[in-house]
Amino acid sequence: MSNEKITITVNGKRYDKEVEPRRLLSDFIRDDLRLTGTHVGCEHGVCGSCTVLMNGKSVRSCLTFAVMADGAEIMTIEGLGTAENMHPLQKGFWEKHGLQCGFCTPGMLMTAVELLKEKPRPSVDEIREALSGNLCRCTGYQTIVESIQRGAEIMQGGK
Amino acid sequence: MAQNRGHIPKSRQREKPREGLKYIGKSMKRVEDPRILTGRGIYADDINLPDMAHVAIVRSSHAHARIKRIDTSKAEKLPGVLAVLTGAQAAELTGPLPTWSSPPVFQRVIAHEKVRHVGEAVAAVCAESRYIAEDACDLIEVEYEPLPIVVDPEEALKSRGDAVLHPDHGDTNLILESKFDFGPVAEDFARADHVVKRRLRWPRSGGTPMETNGATAVWDPGSQRFTIHANTSMYNFVGWMIADTLKVPHHKLNIVPTLAGGSFGAKLFLYKQPVMAAMFAKLVGRPVKYLEDRLDASLNNDAHASDRVYYVELACKKDGTLLSFKQRIIDDYGAYFQYGVGQHGNALAQVVGAYAINSVGVHVQAVLTNKNQQGAYRGFGSEVANFVIERLVDAAADELKLDRIEIRRKNFIKKDQFPFLIPTGNMYDSGDYEKVLDETLKLLDYKGWKKKVEEMRKAGRYVGIGIASTQERSVFSSTEFWMWNLDGKIGWTSSPDSMSLKIDPRGRIYGTLHSPFWGNSPETVATQVIAEQFQVDPSNIEITYSDSDKGLHSTGPGGSRFTVMVTGAIVGAAAILKKKIFKIAAHMMEANADDLELRDGNVVVKGAPGKKVSLQDLAFHAYYMRLSMPDPEDPELTSGLDATYVYDHPVTTLPDPKREHMGIFYPIMGHMCHSMVVEVDPETGQFKFLDYACVHDSGVMINPMTLEGHMRGGVVNGIGSAASEQYFYDKNGQPTNNLFTDYIIPSISESPADMKCGHVETPSPFTEYGIKGGGEGGRMGTPPALAQAIEDALSPFGIKITELPLTQNVIRRLVREAQAKKAAD
Repeated sequence: MSNEKITITVNGKRYDKEVEPRRLLSDFIRDDLRLTGTHVGCEHGVCGSCTVLMNGKSVRSCLTFAVMADGAEIMTIEGLGTAENMHPLQKGFWEKHGLQCGFCTPGMLMTAVELLKEKPRPSVDEIREALSGNLCRCTGYQTIVESIQRGAEIMQGGK
Repeated sequence: MAQNRGHIPKSRQREKPREGLKYIGKSMKRVEDPRILTGRGIYADDINLPDMAHVAIVRSSHAHARIKRIDTSKAEKLPGVLAVLTGAQAAELTGPLPTWSSPPVFQRVIAHEKVRHVGEAVAAVCAESRYIAEDACDLIEVEYEPLPIVVDPEEALKSRGDAVLHPDHGDTNLILESKFDFGPVAEDFARADHVVKRRLRWPRSGGTPMETNGATAVWDPGSQRFTIHANTSMYNFVGWMIADTLKVPHHKLNIVPTLAGGSFGAKLFLYKQPVMAAMFAKLVGRPVKYLEDRLDASLNNDAHASDRVYYVELACKKDGTLLSFKQRIIDDYGAYFQYGVGQHGNALAQVVGAYAINSVGVHVQAVLTNKNQQGAYRGFGSEVANFVIERLVDAAADELKLDRIEIRRKNFIKKDQFPFLIPTGNMYDSGDYEKVLDETLKLLDYKGWKKKVEEMRKAGRYVGIGIASTQERSVFSSTEFWMWNLDGKIGWTSSPDSMSLKIDPRGRIYGTLHSPFWGNSPETVATQVIAEQFQVDPSNIEITYSDSDKGLHSTGPGGSRFTVMVTGAIVGAAAILKKKIFKIAAHMMEANADDLELRDGNVVVKGAPGKKVSLQDLAFHAYYMRLSMPDPEDPELTSGLDATYVYDHPVTTLPDPKREHMGIFYPIMGHMCHSMVVEVDPETGQFKFLDYACVHDSGVMINPMTLEGHMRGGVVNGIGSAASEQYFYDKNGQPTNNLFTDYIIPSISESPADMKCGHVETPSPFTEYGIKGGGEGGRMGTPPALAQAIEDALSPFGIKITELPLTQNVIRRLVREAQAKKAAD
């Protein structure tokens, strides 16, 4: 199997790499780019931990081949905010205890970023619908919903 | 004659529960979160070392078979493959894996000669990448000679000959059988007016964290040492056992913990993954990672949970007084027996629930079958005991025509009876069960719901209310691992946790934990307690984790131990440091050390607000001004400010030699009441929550926000155990649901949208500040309440719930059976 040349922009930085056609986007991001914030929980597209944004849309990076992202813009959790300057959603999760072990959190955050782009002030039901494909084993979900509401509030200028 | 239930030792509590604490009791934001939220937390798979190779395993497709032949030649020739090992080769490089079973049931990192469950490793490949390693696994040919397969636990009692998994333990799969009577069981049954009898079934589930188990190992040929990075707990308690398996002296192994992406028990003690990685690391001379994929985790992670059949009898008086409780339990342990019947020892800690039941008869039959073996899962067997006693109390209420709430109230251990020794000898340290019940009824608006439910039923809806009052034992003592053994020998009695504290020359405080992060909030808890002890702002505190090289004796967070134990260790270390601080400050300020206290980052003289020295100046003095110390000869006044403390279990006693009782082994007793309203659709078997309220008493709270996190998350675990999760094996021992597509852990859609949490704080008289553990209660409280709620909703059909999980299929079957029976009548 010959390798494919791909060009992918991740968190605003352009990467030119050669990959096997079968290489998963999740492995490409984690192992080739060493951006280990994206987590792999199930490798069959159910848990949602590996969710990243590809051209603004959420995808399961464990069900996407890296070659499919050729030419695309990818955003991972590392592109959101930093510990010194958190994204409003990260602040929301921190304030409302939206994480415990934190393993599913990158997927939750990226899913929430997509949701808030479409619906800046989502209702509880809209948030629950948006998160229906992301599993969390720690929180019981309720504080994740509150975190996203809080994140939305901060984004809208709330304190 | 009254039963001998043992004695209660004197309390060692130094910090009394009190008002006015500044940092303890506050919902402080977690200090763990900034790095985790920004993708910078380092979990097991985030360890990337130069030149690192990867392992994949060949999983057995047979449930029980002799391995006749393995051909690895094609795999070895695949470019990129570094090494291939079969069970025979691995058995030369490594010894048996650690086990607590006695006599030991041996397990190997790769199955040797025989496979005992589907998914067990029969060979493993180490290669340049995980992709190549998995390719190579596909090229390995294994020839099996099938053996009889044992799946049903009750059938396993009858196995003989080739159907026996471990013939060196005799011609049986009944690996351990024990019978104990605690108190006058026969007499109590003889004086009963009524005996409730049930067969109850608790299904095989598992902690199933989002992150699988994994390890990365490095062999250094220069120092002849292994370094293993793993998402494990207990590495500072029994990590040395891995050195035995790897055949190196204990000091030639260092275990470094990573963050764990959830455990719930599944990462209590990793040995298979560390041994696999280390075995190959030494063989190929490169760092090696072995991370379970999801199939490995479902089929071969040694972390399935209790899978029990109960035959139970509860003796009662007509007025609802509960007298005695008899149980015969058959528990399906799977193919190995790593913790022995630890899960049943655990259940004995709170076997009578919240009730003053006078005697208990326990008969446990532990059987081995061709399944992935049991490990730990949030509750470690006690969650099953909660389900069983609560189901029986419900049944007693029904059969005696009493109210389900009033029968509980009548039998509660009363708040003035604590500390209370139950028939098994374990102590309940404190509690107020009526108050918790009352608060729950208020929080749910029980009266309001009662009316609403009546109206909804009149409108043809199937709505029910469930309420269960249950226990959450916390802080186990290691006696629970061997108290079942009747050989007269005394086993381990230590189960401490430790803390290292250092104040640097500029007054910043460093705390080193000797237990890992496994999804809880260890850094936050330690920060709050240290801040309280030294009255410093939390921003001046840094928490890190020791590896096993620098580690002090620490049992780890399992069994809801962490908060109580680390607080004890911090109080101990802080006491040493404060003594030194006050001695130096007394000299600096020309004051009496007894008159000093810490306040807002300063040492101050009580009652003289102007007189103070900052911790920063004092620390500088302690580090660099040895000759300006009060007494140059004082052996306590060495330069610097650091202390370590090993905090032993706050209150534990030995089992009675004749096992009339088991001693005190799990005494810091939390309590919770869970209540909910559900609506069931009998046509589809689906149910939904209309309301959910729970009140927990975990003693004095350090951080209500994180405690509620445990409560809510635990509830959703409990909903999974009660309603959707079961690792299912067909009659050929083939697992039929190994992935998240069919092993259904609750999503947000199956979880209550608005779970109301309440707290009662009954301080423990034995722990520092009166704290109790609170990590498991959510999962331990939900299943009996949910079973009751669904039973109540389906009461028009006369359905009795005796089995979990209550999946749509099961509910539909129960409804169909009830309808058929009605039609036949």
